Amino acid sequence: MIDFFLGHYSYWLTTLLLCIGLYGILFKRHLLKKMIGLSILQTSIIIFYVSIASKGGDATVPVKAAHLPVDNPDLYINPLPHTLMLTAIVVGVATLGVAFSLLMAIWNRYQTLDEQELLDKTQND
Amino acid sequence: MIESHLPVYIPFTFLAFSLVIPLLAIWKDDWSQPVATAGAGGAALLSLYGVLTHAGSEPLRYYFGGWPPPVGIEFVYDGLSAFMLAVVNIVTFLVLIHSRKIRLAEFASKQMAFYSVVMLMMLGFNGMILTGDLFNMFVFLEIASLSGYALIAIGGKPAPVAAFRYLIIGTVGGSLYLLGVGFLYNVTGTLNMKDVADMLPLIAAERSLVTALILMAVGIGIKSALFPMHGWLPDSYTHASSTSSALIAPIGTKVAAYVLIRILLFTFGLEQINAVVPLTTILGLLACAGILYGSIMAIAQFELKRMLAYSSVAQIGYIILGFSLGSVLGLIGALLHVLNHAVMKACLFMVAANLRLQEGHSDIRRMDDSYRLKYPGTMAAFTLAALSMIGLPPLAGFFSKWYLALAVIEKSNWLFLVVLLVSSLLNAVYFFRILEKVYLKNPKIQETGAPPITPRQEPPASMLWPTLILGVMLLALGLGNVPIVNFLEGAAP
Repeated sequence: MIDFFLGHYSYWLTTLLLCIGLYGILFKRHLLKKMIGLSILQTSIIIFYVSIASKGGDATVPVKAAHLPVDNPDLYINPLPHTLMLTAIVVGVATLGVAFSLLMAIWNRYQTLDEQELLDKTQND
Repeated sequence: MIESHLPVYIPFTFLAFSLVIPLLAIWKDDWSQPVATAGAGGAALLSLYGVLTHAGSEPLRYYFGGWPPPVGIEFVYDGLSAFMLAVVNIVTFLVLIHSRKIRLAEFASKQMAFYSVVMLMMLGFNGMILTGDLFNMFVFLEIASLSGYALIAIGGKPAPVAAFRYLIIGTVGGSLYLLGVGFLYNVTGTLNMKDVADMLPLIAAERSLVTALILMAVGIGIKSALFPMHGWLPDSYTHASSTSSALIAPIGTKVAAYVLIRILLFTFGLEQINAVVPLTTILGLLACAGILYGSIMAIAQFELKRMLAYSSVAQIGYIILGFSLGSVLGLIGALLHVLNHAVMKACLFMVAANLRLQEGHSDIRRMDDSYRLKYPGTMAAFTLAALSMIGLPPLAGFFSKWYLALAVIEKSNWLFLVVLLVSSLLNAVYFFRILEKVYLKNPKIQETGAPPITPRQEPPASMLWPTLILGVMLLALGLGNVPIVNFLEGAAP
């Protein structure tokens, strides 16, 4: 049982992060805090990908070095998830940018970022 | 030459134009709209050419950089994606022609940014349709979504709030999809859809597959506004500017539904799915709930655009219902409905835009019989689209419902048949309510004996003609549905 938890500790931590992110998105009333939750959620998925790339044992980062023979894939971790996550990070940055510009537009129009107050104020429009 | 590169030319027309528009705007800001329209027109012509030349032939696979899959990324140009590209790009072309005057009225500045982002969004949709790679799908999905958020934020005063809510929900959807792809990659070791499909029967890791499947279905379901994940849609469509909603409403959710078809039918395969989890039954029931909920909510609305938004929730249900049946007939019904609904919804949103330009509102309560005299063309197009939504023959909407009904009867699923019939009646309720106000009630004639002279106030020709063309297209698509159905039959697996 202990092995089951300790052996998968990175997945447990990712799940915890994912839940923290979802909690922020669902229960925080301030829109900026929702954004923080969203960012945590995306980060947890990035960490998930990075941890599935791991092979355990002697595998290390795929950088060419004298003591690492190129013909033995067991010595390298899987580089593909890392490259995929580079793209995902860029997507996340773009999402943050769009979200912050939307928040600025909301602030300029309603002078508040509180969800409940916004609901009350948008009711009349 | 053009044949083998066709799958790339179509999306990259949009990419090229999204870059050309800002450069041209330095010199002539006013050219953004004609240039964007020309770009969409070019892409529409190319995709129409592709449909005509590639009908029934082998799928065209384009390997980027010459790297064959599973190492490289590929675009798959088969009957299905050719069909979707043609639908999406032709509707976009007409909406962009229509956009000139209404955009000037709704927001005069920043047209360069607007059209450039529209082109980017279309690149995203075209890429989603074409790509044969699961991670590449995520990238195109996010390109389309991010541009969509920006486009929805341009509009009425509450538009940024609606766009922000859409952004939160949409990004959670995209992230869940990404997580699902991660699970799938973990057990298959590949991201290519065809490769995954070949690999799946060999894999025993059932729990990972079910998790991946559910995460991906929920992620795409959010993007396609499948009930009960539709919460973002009504506000977004209502508050967005007329052009944005006329672009996103007919295309956005349809493309997401198509992605669901691609992933569930072509990558996982319905038999394999149903062996482990009754996903198609769940999807079918959700679709039914969505159809009824959307139709009933549409009846309760007093704003034309909001009513159309709720009706979109219902219509996406038809598409999901069709393919969740898992038969060829159901798939044909679903795809035919993708085409018909794209044309109908674009036409209806254009009518709403025309009314907003001329009257300053699109409130159903304030419509009366003078509309018939003021807007004979616009209201004629509205009538065609409304009757098609209800499903009266020989308009296009009848035939998609007909094939859906045939597919349901084939499976002897009587609950779904009842839902189809009841929802048609509900559609009739919310459209006849408007038709009655415009065409039937005529208290002024009774009072004075002669109708008052109302001058025509049709919107400018650049707005009226696209609306009318879409209306007449519905008639043409209905009368000429046999070749389309034959084409789809050939495209279905």
